[in-house]
Amino acid sequence: MKQFVDSLIQQGYFSGVPTQIVYAIAMIVAALVVLSVFVAPLAGVTSWLERRVWARMQSRVGPNRVGPQGVLQWLADGIKNLLKEDLIPSAADKLLFPLAPYIVFIGFLCTFVVIPFGGHLIVADLNIGILYLLAVTSIVVVGILMAGWSSNNKWSLLGGMRSAAQIVSYEIPAGLAVLTIIFVAGTMSTQGIIKNQGWAPWDWYLFYNPFTFIAFFLYFTAALAEGNRTPFDIPEAESELVAGYVTEYSGMRFLFFFFAEWGNLYVIGAVATVLFLGGWQVPAVGGGFIEGALQFMVFFVKAYLWVFVAMWVRATLPRVRVDQLMALCWKYMVPLSFLCVIGTAAWMVVFPHGSRWASFAMFGLGVLILVLFVRRLQYQIRNAKPELYLRPYI
Amino acid sequence: MSEAVYPESEVFHTEDMTISVGPQHPSTHGVLRFVVRTDGEVISEALPDVGYLHRSIEKIGEKCTYHGYVPYTDRADYLAAMFANQGFCMAAEKLGATEVTRRGEFCRVIACELNRIASHLISVGTFGQDIGAITPFLHALRERETINDLMEEICGARLTYNYIRIGGVGYDITPQTCDKILVFLDHFDPIIDEYNRLLSYNKIYIERLANVAAITKEDALQYNLVGPNLRASGVKWDIRRDIPYSVYPELEFEVPVGHGEKGTLGDCYDRYWVRIQELQESSKILRQCLKMMPKGPAISKVPRKFKPPAGEVYVRVEAPRGDMGYYVVSDGTEYAYRVRIRTGSFTAMAIIDKLSRGIMVADLIALIASLDVDAPEIDR
Repeated sequence: MKQFVDSLIQQGYFSGVPTQIVYAIAMIVAALVVLSVFVAPLAGVTSWLERRVWARMQSRVGPNRVGPQGVLQWLADGIKNLLKEDLIPSAADKLLFPLAPYIVFIGFLCTFVVIPFGGHLIVADLNIGILYLLAVTSIVVVGILMAGWSSNNKWSLLGGMRSAAQIVSYEIPAGLAVLTIIFVAGTMSTQGIIKNQGWAPWDWYLFYNPFTFIAFFLYFTAALAEGNRTPFDIPEAESELVAGYVTEYSGMRFLFFFFAEWGNLYVIGAVATVLFLGGWQVPAVGGGFIEGALQFMVFFVKAYLWVFVAMWVRATLPRVRVDQLMALCWKYMVPLSFLCVIGTAAWMVVFPHGSRWASFAMFGLGVLILVLFVRRLQYQIRNAKPELYLRPYI
Repeated sequence: MSEAVYPESEVFHTEDMTISVGPQHPSTHGVLRFVVRTDGEVISEALPDVGYLHRSIEKIGEKCTYHGYVPYTDRADYLAAMFANQGFCMAAEKLGATEVTRRGEFCRVIACELNRIASHLISVGTFGQDIGAITPFLHALRERETINDLMEEICGARLTYNYIRIGGVGYDITPQTCDKILVFLDHFDPIIDEYNRLLSYNKIYIERLANVAAITKEDALQYNLVGPNLRASGVKWDIRRDIPYSVYPELEFEVPVGHGEKGTLGDCYDRYWVRIQELQESSKILRQCLKMMPKGPAISKVPRKFKPPAGEVYVRVEAPRGDMGYYVVSDGTEYAYRVRIRTGSFTAMAIIDKLSRGIMVADLIALIASLDVDAPEIDR
C-alpha cells in the first residue's frame, strides 16, 4: 500500500501536495474501496446465506427469487430499507437515537483494518493489530447501550442493559484466549501471528499445546456471545424483549445494526482463522498471482467455515437465560481462560520453541474429536426424516 | 425511564418498572396482555389482562339454532376446533336424547385425536420458539401441515372444521383416508424421537425449563388447572378415562403424568414432557380406532328443527388444553336459552400471578408457553 503511494509520488502525480495529505487521502480511498468492494457484499451475502442455510435446516426453501438462487436478495432488502420512512419516535433522544447505529457500524467496520485477506492484502498491518481489534469491537457496546437508552422504550432499555453486561463480561475470556496466542507468537500483528504458523494443520496454533486448543473454543464461544448470536442472543431475544435494543428502529437504521451483526460473523471467523487456524498460509506454489489467489481462497474458506458453524449453532440451540449466561462466563469461562494463560506461560518456559510431539498429539486429538462428531452427525442424519413434508395425497 | 437520584436520600433511589407484555408481544400467542412490574429483570408481579379477543361466542349461542351454532364453536379454540364441536354436540345430544351412530363415534375420535396431535405440535413448537429454538417450531408445523391435509380430506376444512354434527359427523371417513392416516402415523412416530433429540434432550433447553415455575399438586387443584397442566403436577386426571364419553372406554391408552423428569414435579419441563408423551398416546389411540372402525352410517337421523325438551346439561370433553365444558340450557325452543363454555386456558391464567413472583422475564415467557394458553380460548 505504502510502496504503491510512494511510487505514485515519485512519478510526480501529486506534485505540490504535502505527502502526509496524499497518504491520508490514499488511506481513505483504500478504506472506501474495501468497504464497498468487500464488506458490504460480504455482510449482504452472509445474510442471504444465513437465511438459506437456516431454511434448509428448517425444511423450508428460503429466499430464492431475486437473482439465481436468491443471491441478490440482500440488495433488494437494502433498497427497500433505504426507501423506507426515516422514523424517529417522538419520545426518543433526538441526538443519540440516530447516532447509535453508526457507532455500532463504525465499531464493526474498523476491525477490517487489521484483518488480512491474503499475504499482502491487508489495509494496515499494525504492530498492535489484535489489541486494536479488541479495542474497536468494544465500541459496539457503546452504540448498543445508546440505542437501548435513547429509544425511550422499556424493552430497548432491558435489551441494552443485557447487551452491555454480556459484551463487557465476555470480553474477558475472549481477551484472555487471545492473550495465550500472543504469548506463543510473541507479536500482536495479525500478519506476524499468521507468519509464525505453517500451512500444515499441526503447525497451527490451535494444536500448539492443550491450552491453546481450549483457548480456541473459549474464543469462539465468547465471540458468539459478543456478536449477540444464539445461544447468547438475549439482548435482542425476539420472544422475550420483542426485539431488544432495535425495537424502535426501522428502515436503514435497523439495517445498520444487522449489517454489523452479519458482518461480525465474518470477523469472528476471520479472527479465529488468524489466531488459531494458520490464516492464509498455503504450501509454496512459486509465488505470484496464483499464490495470492490461493491465499485469499484459503483464508476465506477457513473464515466462512466458522460463519457456517455459527449459523448452524443458531439453527440448533435454544437461548440461555441472563443469569445462566453470566454464570457460564464468570464461573466457567473466565477461570478456564486464566488457566489457559498460565498454562501456556508455563509451557513456554518448559518448551521455549514449542513441542513438535505435543502438536502432533493435539492434532490427533482434534482429528479424533472431528471423527466422533461426524459419526454422531451421520447417526442424526440417518435417523432424520429429510422429506420436506409427507403428502398422503401422492 | 428511571427517575433521578434524590439528593436528600442516603439510599440510592430505585423504582419498579411497569412493563406491558402484550397485546402485540411476540410470545403471548395471540392477543393477551400482562401488566408486569419488574425490578430490573426480576418480576415482582404479573397480572394477566384478558379480553382482547372476546367475540361473544357464548351470547351468539342464544341467537342461533342448535345446528347453526356448531360452526361458531370452531372459533372458541381454533387450534383444536374439533373438541369445541364435539363438546357442544354432545351437550345438544344429551339434551335431545339423540343417539350417535357407532361409526360416527369412531369418526369423532379419529378426527379429535388427529386434532390433538396438531394442537400439541403447535404447543411444543411454540414452546421451543419462545425459548429461542426456532427450528423445532418449523419441524412441528411441517407435520401439522400434513394433518391439515388429512383434515381437509376428511371434512374439507383445514382449521375450522365444522365436522362434528349433532347425531354424528358431517362426512364419513373413507377407507382411503384411513390408509393415509396410517401412512402418516408410520411417518410421524419416528418424528417424535427426532424431535426429542433436537429439542427435548437439549442441555440448554432443560436448564431453561427444569425447576422453573413449579406448580405443586395442591396448587394445581386449587387453581383449577386442567388437562396436561394438571397432569404435569402429578394428578392422574383425564376426562377420557375418568368421566368416559364416546368410545374411549373401549380404547387402551395411558394417561401420562409428570414425574419431575429433570427437576421438580410440575415444573415447565414436566408440562412440556407430558405433551410430548400425549402425542404418542394419541397416535396409539388413532391406530386402535382405525382398526376397530365399524361399518354403518356416520350420522343418525336428526330432525332439521332440533328442539330438545327443556332442561340443562353440563358436558365435558378432554381438549388439548384440558377440560372443556359446555353448559347448555334449553327452554324447549329451537334456540338454546343459555350457552356457556368453560375452557382450560382461562383458568390457567389465574395461577400466573402467583407463579410469576420472583422469576425473571425470560421465565415468564417460558411459563406462559408451558401453560399452552391460547388467546381465543381464554376470551371466547
